[in-house]
Amino acid sequence: MTNFMSRNDLLLFLGFAVVVLAMPIWLTPFGAGYPDLLQRFMIFGIFAVGFNILFGLTGYLSFGHAAFFGVGSYAAVWSFKLLTLDAIPAMIFAVIISGLFALVIGFLSLRRSGIYFSILTLAFAQMSYNLAYSVLTPITNGETGLQLTLNDPRVLDAALGQTFVGQPVPTLLGQQLGGYAGFYFCAGFLILSFFFAQRVAGSPFGMMLKSIKSNQTRMQFTGFNTRPYALSAFVISGMYAGLAGALLAVTDPLAGAERMQWTASGEVVLMTILGGVGTLVGPVIGAWIIKYFENILSALNDNILAQFWSFLPEGVADVVVKVTSKFVGDGWHLTLGLVFVIIVIFLPGGIMEGVRRLTAVARRSGPPGAKSHQPQPAE
Amino acid sequence: MFEVIFLQFLNGLDKGAAYALIALGLTLVFGTLGVVNFAHGALFMLGAFCAVMFRQFLTLETVTIDPTQTSPWGAPLEIREPLVQTWFGDFGAVLVNYSVPFSILITIPIMLLVGIALERGIIKHFYKRPHAEQILVTFGLAIVAQEVIKSIFGPNPIPQPMPTDLRGAADIGSWIGFQANVITYPLWRLIYFLFSAIVIGGVFAFLQFTTFGMVVRAGMADRETVGLLGINIDRRFTIMFGLAAIVAGMAGVMYTPLLPPNYHLGMDFLVLSFVVVVVGGMGSLPGAVAAGFLLGILQSFASMTQIKAIVPGIDQIIIYLVAVVILLVRPRGLMGRRGVMES
Repeated sequence: MTNFMSRNDLLLFLGFAVVVLAMPIWLTPFGAGYPDLLQRFMIFGIFAVGFNILFGLTGYLSFGHAAFFGVGSYAAVWSFKLLTLDAIPAMIFAVIISGLFALVIGFLSLRRSGIYFSILTLAFAQMSYNLAYSVLTPITNGETGLQLTLNDPRVLDAALGQTFVGQPVPTLLGQQLGGYAGFYFCAGFLILSFFFAQRVAGSPFGMMLKSIKSNQTRMQFTGFNTRPYALSAFVISGMYAGLAGALLAVTDPLAGAERMQWTASGEVVLMTILGGVGTLVGPVIGAWIIKYFENILSALNDNILAQFWSFLPEGVADVVVKVTSKFVGDGWHLTLGLVFVIIVIFLPGGIMEGVRRLTAVARRSGPPGAKSHQPQPAE
Repeated sequence: MFEVIFLQFLNGLDKGAAYALIALGLTLVFGTLGVVNFAHGALFMLGAFCAVMFRQFLTLETVTIDPTQTSPWGAPLEIREPLVQTWFGDFGAVLVNYSVPFSILITIPIMLLVGIALERGIIKHFYKRPHAEQILVTFGLAIVAQEVIKSIFGPNPIPQPMPTDLRGAADIGSWIGFQANVITYPLWRLIYFLFSAIVIGGVFAFLQFTTFGMVVRAGMADRETVGLLGINIDRRFTIMFGLAAIVAGMAGVMYTPLLPPNYHLGMDFLVLSFVVVVVGGMGSLPGAVAAGFLLGILQSFASMTQIKAIVPGIDQIIIYLVAVVILLVRPRGLMGRRGVMES
């Protein structure tokens, strides 16, 4: 066990698990302690962790990750329709399918790097999106989205003699996965994903990926073929996206093509950058912040704002409400864009870098006794 | 059969012209400043909304109620008259009618200002940073621009009527010796194509035949040496960014009668025009123009029912498919220079 994980890693992992599992408690005062939103926190956390394995470690910026997310959703819903309503086979099926899909796209896209890689992934994702809307309608059910119906064959369930009454919903060993059960199901996967990402980042394989980011040419000069490593990272992160997509299908069994659109790919990029590229916790925090503010800010309206600013004199309050209302409700994307631009300009390392800088400042201005421990430069 | 093919060719021209104009601006920015500008689509959209704004300004109207007449619903008749018409008479009416072409006049200074402000304010700080960060910051700016427009003009498309004289179709077939009314082409699309040809020609002439353009071309080839010769190349590159913004803006203005602009117009065109730039070859101006028209025409052919019957869904993916093939087989595109972003 001692060699398995360093003490810091273990503490980080345990801390993360505790924070995640206690979310229903500590998020309630912030108005986010309801299962629907918490499930989304978990799902997009997984998506961002997976994206970071590719972008954070290897430096390849994919603008088409939503395609894997969407494929995962479709695969999971098809598993519900054809095999069984149990969630586990659906997850396995979705991860395998999205992994295969990522293998094909990654094999082709990774022949190029830099901006060309981004454009290639974008092109593949847009192709999948357009096809899902048009020709592949028999598989994707086009604009309506793929849904569960009572008449689905569900071969395994039928063989076991299980019957359902009413609208079919995904289950886990006969247990329905609504509400907090769904949250803990997703949370378990998030913690597992985090653990796996931690192991990847700390492994020799992870070192390899990081060296691809810092200098791929030199790696090749020393005799390594970097392509298989980058491809493995691409497939792993595609499988993460598929897992997240499948979980979204578990909590809400309706798969639509808009999940594959390039704006959805852009969103996961935003999450990762906002939290901190290349860090383990950063992308998860970024995903939580974006999903939190998406829910909170977009629910605000002029009345709530008027109440909030009511301490101001009347004329001023009207103006302030007018101005702030542009940034909330439907306009919350404006806030997101501004925050994002500011982050990229001033804090390219995201929130995690901000935290690091703050702690550095705090340490420097801490008690004078703390300073003596630091090595002093030789005079 | 020839008529059908010729017609599809024409149909591809106007979309191809829009692609070419946007891709031209993108390539100008990339070739001079070396910046991958994801906000370029937003500039196209801003141009389109300059036209919307101009028209809304022109059609501010006075409402007078005429009690002697009644409208078909029985209420007193409201007479609406645009202010410009009251002030300038017939000239005002012409102004309202031709609002789209006239709005180019205000679009040029606005886009120049926007472009220069953008370059001096933000993009300047990103020359030395990796391409990924350039993509990210300009992507963020594009989101901000589209959300600002959404909060001012609302989420719905705002149709812009074309001038009454320019509606209808041109019987191109009869001009080149076909029967009448076999090959007709909407007049405004023809105008758009001619307009884009003029703009593209103008940009090329500017770069080719003026001293300013010569210095810019020299700077594109070797920025450092030009700087060492004592020329303030940065300022010229800033102006080139402004020029690229103007080209995108004008392309947006003239496209409004064809496609009512809404706030995500820029994003819709951006993805496609990046594909165009890549197909043409990163940094190559003639490549961008050629690829723009080529892809527009290809897209038009792919949406023929005969083709769709053979390869279903091809019209949805043709552009991306071409991009993928070109990137994999010939990464520097049709006319890209050897060694520019070639990896």
